[in-house]
Amino acid sequence: MGTQAKPGIPLRAVLISLGILLANIVVNGLIFLFFRDSTLNPLLTAVLAVLWGVVGVYLIYYTLTFAAEQYPDKIRGRILPFIFVGPAVLLLGWLLVLPALRTLYLSFFDASSDKFVGLANYAAVFSDRLLGTALRNNLLWVFVGTLACVAFGLLIAILADRSSYEKTAKSIIFMPMAISFVAAGVIWKFVYYYQPGDEQIGLLNAIVTYFGGQPQAWTSMIQPWNNFFLILILIWMQTGFAMVIFSAAIKGVPDDILEAARVDGSGEIRIFFRIIIPFISTTILTVTTTIIVFTLKIFDVVMVMTGGQYDTEVVATQFYRQFFMYRNFGYGSTLAIVLLIAVLPVIFVNLRQFRKQGGF
Amino acid sequence: MVGSKKRKGNKAVVNIVLGIICFIWLIPTLGLFISSFRPAADILQTGWWKVFPHQEWKASNDVIRLSKDVDLRGPIEVNGKTYTDAQLKAGVVEGGKRLMWENRRARMISVQTEGWVTKPNLTTENYKNVLSGKEYKLKKADGSETVQKGSGLSQAFLNTLTIAVPATIIPVLIASFAAYAFAWLRFPGRKTMFVTIIAMLVIPLQVALIPVLKDYTALGLNGSYLGIWLAHTAFGLPLVTYFMYNFISQLPKDLFESAFIDGASHFTIFSRLILPLSVPALASIGIFQFLWVWNDYLVSLIFIGNQPNVQVMSMKIADLVGSRGNDWHLLTSAAFISMLMPLAIFFLLQKYFVRGLMGGSVKG
Repeated sequence: MGTQAKPGIPLRAVLISLGILLANIVVNGLIFLFFRDSTLNPLLTAVLAVLWGVVGVYLIYYTLTFAAEQYPDKIRGRILPFIFVGPAVLLLGWLLVLPALRTLYLSFFDASSDKFVGLANYAAVFSDRLLGTALRNNLLWVFVGTLACVAFGLLIAILADRSSYEKTAKSIIFMPMAISFVAAGVIWKFVYYYQPGDEQIGLLNAIVTYFGGQPQAWTSMIQPWNNFFLILILIWMQTGFAMVIFSAAIKGVPDDILEAARVDGSGEIRIFFRIIIPFISTTILTVTTTIIVFTLKIFDVVMVMTGGQYDTEVVATQFYRQFFMYRNFGYGSTLAIVLLIAVLPVIFVNLRQFRKQGGF
Repeated sequence: MVGSKKRKGNKAVVNIVLGIICFIWLIPTLGLFISSFRPAADILQTGWWKVFPHQEWKASNDVIRLSKDVDLRGPIEVNGKTYTDAQLKAGVVEGGKRLMWENRRARMISVQTEGWVTKPNLTTENYKNVLSGKEYKLKKADGSETVQKGSGLSQAFLNTLTIAVPATIIPVLIASFAAYAFAWLRFPGRKTMFVTIIAMLVIPLQVALIPVLKDYTALGLNGSYLGIWLAHTAFGLPLVTYFMYNFISQLPKDLFESAFIDGASHFTIFSRLILPLSVPALASIGIFQFLWVWNDYLVSLIFIGNQPNVQVMSMKIADLVGSRGNDWHLLTSAAFISMLMPLAIFFLLQKYFVRGLMGGSVKG
C-alpha cells in the first residue's frame, strides 16, 4: 500500500495498520470457519450470516481507514483511495480478470488440462455440429431477443407515459422481471404444454384448437422455430427492464422542448423520432448493452424448458454440459472464450461511448 | 383547443392498446397463479381457464338409440339427417344441440346441450405440501409406522434469503466506496482501473466459472455462504460500480468540499453525506442486484452443488421440473412461492426505484 520507508512515517502507525490488517483476516477467517462447521438452527445461522456479511464489510472499510488515519496527512491521502477501491479491484481481479486469463490458457489444453493442444479446441468448436447449433442459437437469442426487448420497452414506455394508468401498467409489464428464469420456465410450460388429443391444458394449444388448428409441441417439434418460443420468454421477462429505464429517461426530456415542438405542429411520431430518441440515445445504448450481455449468457430458460434438447442448445448450456457432465475442461474453456470474443465489440462500443460522455 | 381534443382522442387509443399489452403480459402469470390453487388431478385434466365460467356441452337425458342393423361404416341416418362415423366421434352441432357417440358399440348417441359451467375447485393443499414437504408414511420392520417429511421449500427459502441479502448489500457498499474514490479522489492508476471495470461490464461470467471453482475447491469455499456472496459480488460489481459512479460523480462538488475543509475525513463524508444522498440510487441498483441474486440459477448450481442444506429455491424448482415433471401442483405453488419475495420487494420499493433511475436528479 505504498508504505515506502520515507522519513516521517511513524512506526506506531505502521504497527497499528499491520495489526488491523491481520485482525481483519483472522477475525473474518474464524467467522468463516464457524459458519462452515456450525450446526446451529438454520434460522439462527441465516440471521448471523446476514449480519456478518453486511456488518463485516463495513467494518473492514472502517478499520482500514482508521489505520490510514494514523499516518500524516500526505501519506494518508495516498493510501486512502486504495482502501476505497481496493476491495472492488481485488475481488474483480481475483474472480473475473484472472479467471478470464486462466480460462484462455485452459482453452489451449486438452480435456483434462494436461496436454497442450494449441488451437485444436477452437477448430473442434467450430466444426462440431452441436456447438455450431449452440452458436447459431445464441446469435438468434441476442439479435431477436434484444431487438424485441428494446423495441417493446420503448413502445410501452411511450404508451405508459401518455396513458391514464401509467403506474399500474408499468408494474404489470415489469413484474416478470422479478420472476426467476426457472419460475418463468414453469409459467411458460403452462402456455406451451402439448398433449395429443382434444383437451389441451396448455393455453397456446387451447387457442389453436379453438380456432380449429392442430395442437403443436411448440418447444420441441418445430425446429428451428422452437427457439423463438423460448426467446419469447426472455422478451416477456426483459421488456419490463428496458421499459422502466426508458420511462425514466423519457421523463427527463425537458417539457418545454416537447411543447415547443407541439406548438410548431410536429406530430407525436415525429416528436418521438426527432426529439425523444436522440435525447435518450445513451440510455438506449446502455439498455441494449445490458440486455445483450444478459442474453448472451442465457442458460436457465433453455435448461428448464428443453434441457438443450431439440436443437435449442445455447453456448451456456453446452458449456455447462462440457464442463460438468463430460468433464472436458478444454472444450468448456474454449466455449467461454468464444462467448467472450463475441462480446468484444460490445465492450468496444461501450468504452467509446463512455469516453464520449466525458467520463474521463 | 383542437390540439388538446386530438390528444384526448389519442389517449383513449393509448389506453386501449396499453391495456391489451398489459393483459397479454399478465396471462401467463395468472395461469400459474390459478393453477397453483388447483388440485393435482384438475391441473392435468383441464386448462386453468376452466375455473372461470365457460360454456360447455353437457349430456342431457336425451339419448338416441340406433337400430342394430345400421352400418356404422356408411352414412348414418339420425332424425332424418345423415352423418359419418367420424363426425359423430367428434360431435356435430345441430340446432343448438350436439350429437355425439355416447356408446358406439351400443349404438347410443347422446344429445348434448350447452350450458354455463364453473369449476371453482380450489385448494391450498399444494402450498402446504411444498412448504413443509410431503408427508410419507413409512413402516418400520417392527410394524410401527413413522411419518417422514420430504424436503420442503422452507429451508431453500431461508437459504436464498441468506445468500441474497448480503450478496446485495456487499457489492453495493463496495461499489459505492470505489465509485466515490473514482469520482472524487485522485490517485495513480485510477483511469486504468476504472476503464477495466467498465470493460468488465460485458464479460460473460462463464469465462470465470471454471478457474473460480478451482480456487474455491482449493480454499474450501465451495458450498459456503461466503463463497457464493463473493461470487455474486464480483459478478455484479462492474455494473453496480458503473451505476454508482454515474450517480456519485454528479453530486455537487461544493457539498462535500466544505465538509472536507471542516476537517471531515473521506470516510465520514462517505458515510454521512454520500450514502444518505445516494439512497435512491442505492435502492434501485440494490433491487436489481437482489433480483439477480434471488433469481440466479447458474452461479448457485456451480458454486453450491448438491448440498441440500445450502440449496437455493431456483435449484429446487429446477429439480422439480426435471425429476417430477408431472407433479404440476407442486411445481406451480413452488414457483409462486419463489416469486413472492422479489415481487414484494419490487412493489414496496417501486418509488425509490424510479427516482433512483432518474440518476443525478439531486438538486445542487
